[in-house]
Amino acid sequence: MTGWLQPHRLVMLAIAAAIVLWCVFALRWDWLAEYWPLLLKGIWTSIWILVVTTILGFLLSIPLGLAQAVGPWWLAKPALAFCTIIRGTPLLLQLWLLYYGLGSLFPQYPWIRQSDLWPILRQAWPYAVLALTLSFAGYEGEIMRGAFKGVPRGQLEAAKAMGMPRFTMLRRIWLPQAIHRALPTLGGETVLQLKATPLVATITVMDVYAVASRVRQDTFIVYEPLLLLAVVYMLITGVIVLMFRWFEGLLPTRRA
Amino acid sequence: MEGLITALGLGPTLELLALTPPGWGGNLLRGLVNSIQIALGAFGLGLVIGTLGAYGKLYGGPVVRDLLAVYTTVVRAVPELILILILYYAVTASLNNALIAMGFGRIQISGLAAGIAVLGVVQGAYATEVLRGAILAVPVGQIEAARAFGMPPGMLARRITLPTMLPFALPGLANLWLIATKDTALLAIVGFGELTLETRQAAGATKAYFTFFIAAGLLYLVLTLVSGWLFGWLERRARRGEPGHRA
Repeated sequence: MTGWLQPHRLVMLAIAAAIVLWCVFALRWDWLAEYWPLLLKGIWTSIWILVVTTILGFLLSIPLGLAQAVGPWWLAKPALAFCTIIRGTPLLLQLWLLYYGLGSLFPQYPWIRQSDLWPILRQAWPYAVLALTLSFAGYEGEIMRGAFKGVPRGQLEAAKAMGMPRFTMLRRIWLPQAIHRALPTLGGETVLQLKATPLVATITVMDVYAVASRVRQDTFIVYEPLLLLAVVYMLITGVIVLMFRWFEGLLPTRRA
Repeated sequence: MEGLITALGLGPTLELLALTPPGWGGNLLRGLVNSIQIALGAFGLGLVIGTLGAYGKLYGGPVVRDLLAVYTTVVRAVPELILILILYYAVTASLNNALIAMGFGRIQISGLAAGIAVLGVVQGAYATEVLRGAILAVPVGQIEAARAFGMPPGMLARRITLPTMLPFALPGLANLWLIATKDTALLAIVGFGELTLETRQAAGATKAYFTFFIAAGLLYLVLTLVSGWLFGWLERRARRGEPGHRA
């Protein structure tokens, strides 16, 4: 027997396949014929919100981490306060604060209503993207702080001894090594960000969870949309985990 | 004091946040108490499930270990909101079906019980991993010595494994407690009256959105800071007697 494929695993795989086949044939899937375009659009919305907020949040977290690692106190303390507030309050609260708070504030000013940004500010997705970006940046700021501090100081001192300008040292030595150190944690945090995206359905952004709720409201079918949703999220999680494993493989690391 | 409040323009804000009606401060505090109740219940249930899961993963047979691996992977991969909805509907429906089959009437599970059950199951998956790592960090020699003395497994767990693994588990458990307090906000979506839902209702009724959301944020922050202080005290107490790290 090879290591992974042992007798009890074969039995469990057979039971799992039987459960999947039972779900496919015994549960109601007729709603898929009517709702599959909306479902695909919802999946696309979830994925682009995840990608955009992860990238923007990561870009914002780099100065936050750097400020806390080596910044002067008047940069480090506000960065620490920002990260503490974001990590200390629920994401749903932050999301609703931005959507209801800013969303009720902006229409009160005629110059905002007449500006070119108004068609965008009227919709819900900018507030969702802003809230998720700030949340990701708050958590990643802490992680990047640890990552920046973890790069051996000897390398930075050698760069300084060679007369490297500070930004070049950051760009060539500090930042790539810090990112490589943080990659496993970043993968986990990206999965957590994926699990946070359904919350945007509460502020009327049509992501895949909102589509499932809509199907439930229209057809009163409760379990099948939610089960399909769970499978979709597990597949996306698997893709994210594999992607980060590939990222980590780009730079060889010494395993003790 | 009054002069300072009026000078800063905070008079109407404090009226809105008053503890008795027509102020909404009492509602917010009641929501906070509900949130803490759910978080305590979910954290406790998660600890129980986590302990059983950790022992199962470490000392169980191959089938038990694989089933627990499926449990932790599925719960950590599916968003909590979806899990809350699936478990809420599935648990109430199957419980009612079982009761009807046995001849009893339907019962209505309260939102509190359903929320605690669901969040407890989610916390249990994370707690399994934290406690498993902590038990693995216990020096093997101590467990072997206890077995050599013929200590029964229950006494071994109670006297040696659990006290020794506590300092290793506490940082992870502190994190899990904070996750539990913030996940209670998700129950606002299923309509249970905890702090986030009360905040939205108060803000919607008075249109003072920033006031109430910032007040709720401050309440959550105070909860976070107090929890951090409490867990720091617990960790110092669990580590008493350990040699220090300073050379």
